[in-house]
Amino acid sequence: MKKFLVILLTVALMAGSLMACSKKEETKDTGSSSNNTTTSTEDSKEVAKDEESSGNTQAASEEIYFLNFKPEISEVYDKIAADYEAETGVKVKVYTAASGTYEQTLKSEIAKSDPPTIFQINGPVGYESWKDYCMDLKDTKLYSYLSDKSLAITSGDGVYGIPYVVEGYGIIYNNAIMEKYFALTDRATTVSSMDEVNNFETLKAVVEDMTAHKDELGIEGVFASTSLLAGEQWRWQTHLANLPFYYEFKENTDYDNTILAGLAADEVEFKYAQNYKNIFDLYVENSCTPKGLLGSKSVNDSMAEFALGKCAMVQNGNWAWSQISGVEGNVVKEEDIKFLPIYTGMAGEENQGLCIGTENYFAINSKVSKEKQDASIAFLEWLFSSEKGKSYVKNDLGFIAPFNTFEEDEKPTDPLAREVLAWMEKDGVTSVAWTFASFPSEDFKNYFGDALLEYVQGTKTWDDVVTVVKDSWKSERAKTK
Amino acid sequence: MVKRKARYFPVFVLPTLTAFMIAFLIPFIMGIFLSFTKFTTVLDAKWVGFQNYIDAFSNKEFLNALWFTVKFAIVSVITINVLSFILALILTRNIKGTNLFRTVFFMPNLIGGIVLGYIWQVIINGVLYKYGVSLTFKPEYGFWGLTILMNWQMIGYMMVIYIAGIQNVPRDLIEAARIDGAGSFKILTKIIIPLVMPAITICLFLTMSNSFKLFDQNLALTAGAPSKKTAMLALDIYNTFYGSVGSEGIGQAKAVVFFLIVGLVAIIQLKLTRKREVEN
Repeated sequence: MKKFLVILLTVALMAGSLMACSKKEETKDTGSSSNNTTTSTEDSKEVAKDEESSGNTQAASEEIYFLNFKPEISEVYDKIAADYEAETGVKVKVYTAASGTYEQTLKSEIAKSDPPTIFQINGPVGYESWKDYCMDLKDTKLYSYLSDKSLAITSGDGVYGIPYVVEGYGIIYNNAIMEKYFALTDRATTVSSMDEVNNFETLKAVVEDMTAHKDELGIEGVFASTSLLAGEQWRWQTHLANLPFYYEFKENTDYDNTILAGLAADEVEFKYAQNYKNIFDLYVENSCTPKGLLGSKSVNDSMAEFALGKCAMVQNGNWAWSQISGVEGNVVKEEDIKFLPIYTGMAGEENQGLCIGTENYFAINSKVSKEKQDASIAFLEWLFSSEKGKSYVKNDLGFIAPFNTFEEDEKPTDPLAREVLAWMEKDGVTSVAWTFASFPSEDFKNYFGDALLEYVQGTKTWDDVVTVVKDSWKSERAKTK
Repeated sequence: MVKRKARYFPVFVLPTLTAFMIAFLIPFIMGIFLSFTKFTTVLDAKWVGFQNYIDAFSNKEFLNALWFTVKFAIVSVITINVLSFILALILTRNIKGTNLFRTVFFMPNLIGGIVLGYIWQVIINGVLYKYGVSLTFKPEYGFWGLTILMNWQMIGYMMVIYIAGIQNVPRDLIEAARIDGAGSFKILTKIIIPLVMPAITICLFLTMSNSFKLFDQNLALTAGAPSKKTAMLALDIYNTFYGSVGSEGIGQAKAVVFFLIVGLVAIIQLKLTRKREVEN
């Protein structure tokens, strides 16, 4: 009896210790419903009923796994997944990578036995690293929904990345504070409305005057902190860097697309470094945080400063609206929040608009089973063409989706998205295309960001920064050859 | 009786051995193999021989991390062991509140690395706020920040080990020495330290290997800022692996080198201190 008990307990111990490691393997049993990956939501209602009544024996081959890039909206995806599962019975596992860690997370998740079936690539450069894992989507309905097919990532005949959101960024400003400034009687400039601010010189004059009057305006600084904490520098080494490189690559007339020109560049001149410095210095010198402390600030800190009314302007994109409105104690009203293009002192910038583009392309894992691929594509098609999916996209995710399945009244309702659309459609204004998809690698951006931090802290000169940018572009581009 | 024990021996060893093989041995051997290849994920590897090792050693950041880690290890080992030994000496004198002090000093060890790093980052930035700088201003700030953090975390743990070691020194030896006229310092160096040598061996080994392997706290405190100058070896390997396309093989090579360094240092240190251990 005792012997038996001992053996029983040891076996239980073994099983227990090994079970924790192999949970994923156990869910690989195939179900009978793997052929029910329909895309229409009407008949999937019956399927859903069948599956739920059979007590959770749904096949793991119908469980799709989406690795999300945007932490700002991860909770919305959880709701979407729950709704989709209720409607179709297909389980959508959503996992969100922390800010700045998408590549690492994707790299480790995709090598596992249950890899992501839907993941993101950031453009042609991202496609290069992941091309062995991207499925050809040219025959899918999802691709046919794209209103501008040239936006997709292609290679030869195949389509491998479908953009799902058009976004724009620029200088977000709180018009209430700007109006207060324009109402000041002792101000040094003669500008009386934001419409007159259409180049760098005017912007600089207004900002510096506001800094001089900051106590009267009730702000701690004009701009929010230039967040330079590790992993939080993307607004400067990617978004702001877009402008000088856009203009530099535009001069390359061999290509009609600045991304292609950038991808072909093995070296860069960083011709418009001075323009970058213009606006960067303006941000840093008129900030609500002293220079030495910027290395400890994150993007959340900056957005909170703007939301609480401590500053009047912050550089960010239309995705930031949910961040701003979600801050406790937010004082920025929907009708006061507007966009201004990022002026850097370029000739003709009176006609420059916001920076519009996308860095978010969906890719389907070519190495998972066909059922999972079909289920994943079906989920995406549901999200962007069904009534319920589109309402999520419009109201909660706040995406400006580049699909022709969206009617006029289904465009997003948040104020920043409407501003982006307004600037995109303004007469005489050309948007700046997102060119940073052509940057050589994540490391290049990190080197740039690190150099900026040292410049701000005074341990590097601006010429050092320019050297770092040119050298790291060259060496990182060489690695991809 | 022995035969019955021998029969049950595999039944008890097997679970742990299996776990050890799956979680450690197999990845370790795979890692050594992969360090000679160029790969993207563990499934598609191409043989390149020693190129990864050459690239690793000619990489400026790796050498910087190596030097930084060595400096950090030397400073930490000395400060942690000296301070914890002194504390152990004080807390074995049966003064009032000894148990309370021992508990309080040990508690920092219970906090996990990442949380600790973030908390100390906030604390240190708060102090530096007065001077208008942050932790990322100079690599020296990061170095001393890490040293303070490591000390705060490890002193309690080492102190407990030293207390156990000191308590094992027989009282009569010390009394006999006192009667013979030995001063406190002589008692310390000629009696206590030799008899506590096993504890010193363990503590030196633990602090040395912990200092070399430090990752969580490094990532949370500075993440290598400014410009990767405060990245230690483990963080550098992590950055290499995930930083640019095609450098996973180099990262793996660095990891193998890392293992060899830590292993070598540990073996040398153990041999040296083992020789000085004195039997009671």
